[in-house]
Amino acid sequence: MSPPTSPILSVQPTRGLVDEKLKVVVESLPPGSPVTLHSLHHSEDEDYWEAFGHYVSDFRGMVSVSEDLSFGGTYTGKEDMGLLWSMRPVPGSRKGLRLRKMNVCSPMLHNISVYSGHVSEGFREQTPLTSVLVERWYMAPGVKRIDIMEKGVRGTLFIPPGPGPFPGLLDMWGGGGGLIEYRSALLASHGYVSLAMDYFNSQELESADLEFKYFETAFNIIKEHPQVIPDRVGMFGLSLGSLVTMHVAAESTIVKPRCCICVSGSHFYPNTFFCIAENNHHVWRDMWIHLLDDPSKKVDVGKINCPILLVNGKDDQNVPADECAEDIALLMNAAGNGHLLSRVLYPDTGHLIEPPYSPHFRASNFKAAGVATKTVMLLWGGQTKPHSDAQEDAWRKILSFLQHNLYSSTPPRAKL
Amino acid sequence: MDRKRCTLKLLVQPSRGLVDEMFIILVQKAPSGFQLTVHALHKCEDGHSWEAFGHYTADTIGTVNVSEDPSLGGTYSGVEQMGLLWSLRPVPGSKPGLRLRKMNVQIPMEVTISVYQGHQTEGFMDQVPLASVVVERWYMAPGVSRIPITEDRLSATLFLPPGPGPFPGLLDLWGGGGQLVEYRASLLASHGIASLALDYLTAKIIMETGKMVDLQYFEKAYKILEQHPQVHGSSIGMLGLSLGTSITLKMAVYSEVMKLRCAVCISGCHMQPVDGSVEEILKYFNQNADRTRISEENELIWRDVLLPVPSDLAFKVDMGRLKCPLLVVVGEDDQNWPASESAMDMEEMMEQAGNSHLLTVLSYPKAGHLIEPPYTPHARASLFKSLATREKMIVLWGGETAAHSRAQEDAWRKLLVFLKENLYSGSNPGTTSLSHL
Repeated sequence: MSPPTSPILSVQPTRGLVDEKLKVVVESLPPGSPVTLHSLHHSEDEDYWEAFGHYVSDFRGMVSVSEDLSFGGTYTGKEDMGLLWSMRPVPGSRKGLRLRKMNVCSPMLHNISVYSGHVSEGFREQTPLTSVLVERWYMAPGVKRIDIMEKGVRGTLFIPPGPGPFPGLLDMWGGGGGLIEYRSALLASHGYVSLAMDYFNSQELESADLEFKYFETAFNIIKEHPQVIPDRVGMFGLSLGSLVTMHVAAESTIVKPRCCICVSGSHFYPNTFFCIAENNHHVWRDMWIHLLDDPSKKVDVGKINCPILLVNGKDDQNVPADECAEDIALLMNAAGNGHLLSRVLYPDTGHLIEPPYSPHFRASNFKAAGVATKTVMLLWGGQTKPHSDAQEDAWRKILSFLQHNLYSSTPPRAKL
Repeated sequence: MDRKRCTLKLLVQPSRGLVDEMFIILVQKAPSGFQLTVHALHKCEDGHSWEAFGHYTADTIGTVNVSEDPSLGGTYSGVEQMGLLWSLRPVPGSKPGLRLRKMNVQIPMEVTISVYQGHQTEGFMDQVPLASVVVERWYMAPGVSRIPITEDRLSATLFLPPGPGPFPGLLDLWGGGGQLVEYRASLLASHGIASLALDYLTAKIIMETGKMVDLQYFEKAYKILEQHPQVHGSSIGMLGLSLGTSITLKMAVYSEVMKLRCAVCISGCHMQPVDGSVEEILKYFNQNADRTRISEENELIWRDVLLPVPSDLAFKVDMGRLKCPLLVVVGEDDQNWPASESAMDMEEMMEQAGNSHLLTVLSYPKAGHLIEPPYTPHARASLFKSLATREKMIVLWGGETAAHSRAQEDAWRKLLVFLKENLYSGSNPGTTSLSHL
């Protein structure tokens, strides 16, 4: 009896950080044979997510995902990371799901498999030709994770390995609240002491009292940490977190962030969250627009005196990010600090601009902090492929902006 | 260098890798021409600390690339991409005769790589480095299953690659030190081969009955593999090191039950009583124990105990009857077994019998006895517990560190190609899947 003729699948690295690229190669296939490359992930919430691409092997019986084209599936064309960013819940899943890693001390596991032929469904009922397991980590080895419960501030601090000292970052998510650690863990893996803050606990919030002092205290916790360079602490916010970032940068007399990153943010102070339903998806974008004309409801961005990077999606259905960015630029130019501002705006990109290769969701279930206990289906916007490209590009620009402003020994400049 | 403004960056890629993968160590943004020491520190499972270091000088843009730049001194010199691992040695003040072996393969080896200012040779623990990172080195790829095997009174562990299979199989045998040593089998499973690590000297059944195992013990292990639903029963090989070689050759040539597709023998011999199992083999070795020599450093040299190679066919495996491909790996400075002499005799026997096309010999100058997976620190001598006397003594294995380490790297790569070529069909054994090694 002859030995097995199974194809050989190799994925490198099998253990990598979530923002590292994968090299997926299949060999020893029959030449010119159609195969499907499939990735499966079982989330912490017990849902299944999958992505797949249709390929044809070459004369040597080889498929290389970074070089060959996918002719169908959840992504097409030459997409070296399509098996990750194009993931979506498997047919029959609950609606409105969003994939977020809550426990960053363990990796995300992806089963990458090769199926014979061009398959589009029923993967679970078939046996693949071969498969490997890949780990994707938010935390590099040696990164320390420390619970913070100090001076009223709740959060998690991530410290890179090594003696330091390191630059620091205050990392804030949006109105969904909760303690979301993965971006901070990843930033620490890139050399920044990062504090993920829980500032908007969904349970507690009636008085949406985003206390100023709370953020100043949090900022100082980082600044005063023995492994942090005190004058190299920045702020990073997404959505509501952007508003906080701009507000602190403009108004605080106590803390002076070295630089700011605002993703998908607006500079309006919200007083209520009223919604306009559209296709049963709540769209919050349009309600903000009329506030643009009222200066008392906006952050006085003219007072910001550190480099600030705005990252926005043109198809953001949650906040009018594009219009806000325009207005911020106008205000800052008028105040004479326009040179500190850099803006990137991505076409067909939605609100949730996450670390690269994270799956895109045009809408998902959202429990607004403070809006009674109602869960709504919120429209974020974006088309999967351009949104994923934006995530990849934005992350690179964000890291380079941070590197320049927090690590470089030359004086910080806003322009990338 | 002003610590507060130190912008020196240290990057090691990958930060989590298999033990046989290479890594790249880059130091950037040091001052131009800066002298620095790159240092590796590992605390092993026994609690001992191991270190290695190389002296480098940053170029005009402040970069040091360990894969391209020469180390000017330290525990290794020259351009040595993996020198920080293979030249690891116990820190000063450690107990003598240590050997680094991973017993728990389910968690990685953690190595701290640091950069120190200047060209230093000691006192690293008393200083604060300029930068450091932690690197994980794994013996098990994600998805490899570890299955303890106790049926048929075996003491073994099966490692299955991820995926549906079926996979080729391999019996993995270590040498005279005994114990259930899993790391090579788990690493082979990480390369797609279902591997069974087998304890045949200190197994439970031996402890309980007081008797050495017979040849049926090995055949039972073979059957476990053969009958496993995820193993391709007709693609099973066998790998032995040292005493494990003796068993491998005996089974490959004489067993009616084992139909091995190929065999690998590392640092071993074909000299043994042809009729006899483990006990007889050990007795045969002990009969000339008086030929043991002692080195100047009081280390035991056992290689002469098995010499000269006998001409009596009752005392060497009849290599002419071998029917499967055989890879023989020997270190020319092996002070423990006369592996080179044996390899030469095996070749002669096979040439006379007309089956020498099955034989490949890899002979490495200045390599010693313990030819392990790549980047395993070289132990020229170490404490060894003799099963016969139950005493621990320092045994000389041989080998010169740099040459031995090069041999480990080369032998492993060739061993993987050999196994894949013989255990899978087709002649293209995943060249890409090995290219990162």
